[in-house]
Amino acid sequence: MTAIDLHVAQRQNAPMTTYRYDAYDAAFVSERVAEFREQVRRRLSGALTEEEFRPFRLMNGLYLQLHAYMLRVAIPYGTLTARQMRRLADIADKWDKGYGHFTTRQNLQYNWPKLVDTPDILESLAEVEMHAIQTSGNCIRNVTADHFAGVAPDEIEDPRPTAEFLRQWSSLHSEFSFLPRKFKIAVTGAAHDRAAIMVHDIGLRIVRNATGEIGYQVVVGGGLGRSPFIGKVVGDFVPREDLLAFLEAIMRVYNRFGRRDNKYKARVKILVHEKGIDEIRAAVEAEFAAMDRSVFSHDPAEFERIAAFFAPPPFESLPEASALLRAAKLETPAFANFADVNVSAHKLPGYAIVTVSLKPIGGVPGDATSEQMRVLADASERFGFGELRVSHEQNIILPHVKQDDLFALWRMLDAAGLATANAGLVSDIISCPGLDYCSLATARSIPIAQAISKRFSDMSRQRRIGKLGVKISGCINACGHHHVGAIGILGLEKKGQESYQITLGGDPTFSASIGEILGPGVTAEQVPDVVEHLVDYYLAEREEGEAFIDTWRRIGHARFKDVLRREGEDGADI
Amino acid sequence: MALISDGRFIEDAWRRLADEEALPKTGKFIVSLPRLEHAVEVLGPTATFGVIVPNTTEPSALIAALPRLELISITFPAFADGRGFSLARLLRRAAFKGELRASGRLVADQYPHAIGCGFDTIEIPDDLAERQDEEQWRAALNAYSMSYQRGYAGRGSILEARRKAVRS
Repeated sequence: MTAIDLHVAQRQNAPMTTYRYDAYDAAFVSERVAEFREQVRRRLSGALTEEEFRPFRLMNGLYLQLHAYMLRVAIPYGTLTARQMRRLADIADKWDKGYGHFTTRQNLQYNWPKLVDTPDILESLAEVEMHAIQTSGNCIRNVTADHFAGVAPDEIEDPRPTAEFLRQWSSLHSEFSFLPRKFKIAVTGAAHDRAAIMVHDIGLRIVRNATGEIGYQVVVGGGLGRSPFIGKVVGDFVPREDLLAFLEAIMRVYNRFGRRDNKYKARVKILVHEKGIDEIRAAVEAEFAAMDRSVFSHDPAEFERIAAFFAPPPFESLPEASALLRAAKLETPAFANFADVNVSAHKLPGYAIVTVSLKPIGGVPGDATSEQMRVLADASERFGFGELRVSHEQNIILPHVKQDDLFALWRMLDAAGLATANAGLVSDIISCPGLDYCSLATARSIPIAQAISKRFSDMSRQRRIGKLGVKISGCINACGHHHVGAIGILGLEKKGQESYQITLGGDPTFSASIGEILGPGVTAEQVPDVVEHLVDYYLAEREEGEAFIDTWRRIGHARFKDVLRREGEDGADI
Repeated sequence: MALISDGRFIEDAWRRLADEEALPKTGKFIVSLPRLEHAVEVLGPTATFGVIVPNTTEPSALIAALPRLELISITFPAFADGRGFSLARLLRRAAFKGELRASGRLVADQYPHAIGCGFDTIEIPDDLAERQDEEQWRAALNAYSMSYQRGYAGRGSILEARRKAVRS
């Protein structure tokens, strides 16, 4: 039996569709925990100064925030097993305050761990094949991927084997662990971009060339933060054979020439912007040509070994439409709303992808209590082969639910306060933690999200408005992705007062665009009014079936600006 | 300054020459990059020596002198400035076989990175050596049994090990 057969056999005994550690992975992660335990001890003994300790604690996901440490746990490509989700719940109860926060990079943050407890938390994570490696710091961060990976009907190839391959390659990389700045890679294998690859340091899009060969379109230099940029194509078709070598070449060019004189200009997007994509492409190609590519050459057996873990679960052959689903929708309107809004098409007949919203009306976007995490774990085992995903919209996905089971699943979720039918709607807001937690923040974000959510608490009105991305950041670092929100909100501080700048027209997909500023900043109290007026104006102007962003693109920014101006004339001091 | 080699603090056999100091005829000495060309010229064709270079040096600036160099010391202006790691890689790629030294306030935890990129020795200031003793450097060297990358020095590669396991 080959190693690959062995893994397939093991998988059948324990059906789960994510990567499982072998002895090498397990040893690596446990050595990492041991190393960090020593680093904490040496920090406390004074062998390491805080400045020296900092990059090492960051590379283990540990931040020092406003009130406490924050530990960011990696959820590679957003895929979790039920067992892992339960462990996240247990950790929240034992070492934190009974909840966790799912982030826009498919990770989970604990907001209240104690420094001395973190090695134990990491050890507890390692037991379920998890870690917090490279969720922070100036290194290659946790690799993200399409949260509908493997189940989207529009997919060329599941991006997760590639993402896992890169996770391993980038882990504790000798050369690229002290980069000018953080470095984020996202992968998608679908026709529609759900991983926001155009706004990552490197975005990888799995494509097929004219001869049917699989390869990667490589995009570099995208990013949000204080200077947002859409990424540019540096390699139009990089064969899988060359992927690692090509990435090494990009990383080496960035490590050598990325700016280190100013941390705000140190991201690769600035290097690409200042040098121009042609010069960068030439440098990357020269480096690629000069290196010994044989050591990076693709290892099909290893790729297949990884890919085997992501094989489809044992699906049943089902009819296209479910009579049970149809009947339940007719009988229970609340369920019908959920099924219409939070359920997406699965590539196989009779199955569905369910988005569990972590955005209850008036709630904290992305937060889940330990109890909710356990309900999600149970639900995934009962209805979805024990697999869960975290989306970059800060929601949880159950990727393979039988349509026949949707009603039973909904009842289970509803009982746990997890059935908010707002996926993709105006109250499905992406928000950073903001001034309530973060030491970088200049304004609050969570309360703004809560206020907007409450303003649109009428769910039928939300459905009438349709898909609309509202994204909120509490400072210019843009963790809430406001630049790519159809409506973006940026919290700033002006003369000791919070001031919110509104942008319109952002788009995180392949048709990526950065939002344009609407006008002068408004106060926290005014934000829900402005959003409401913008939405009302859109409703009045939209053509049949037109999304907010499309109306905005059609009629132009200036017309929307007038809305804010009228807002000012109503007596608001803006 | 303290010098670390193979996880031990050792005596430095090399001497850093001040720029105003005359070039000796023999011995292990290190010149600065601006004096490299001059040293190659005035010292006999068989004489070898060392050079200390900033981490922004283009490898091409050293290529001509490589056969004469027994040591290249790359400075780390700050421990978190990782440019030296890439420069070390490039010099090894250019077939430099002599001693590659990292000079700066590197911390023990970076030792595996330095080894992986081709460095042999680490030179740190005394105050740092006092806080981070030999034991810590040795522990860092042994913190990981293997690494995920291929083509980097030091530890065995996990990918290689898996390949072998599949073949057997």
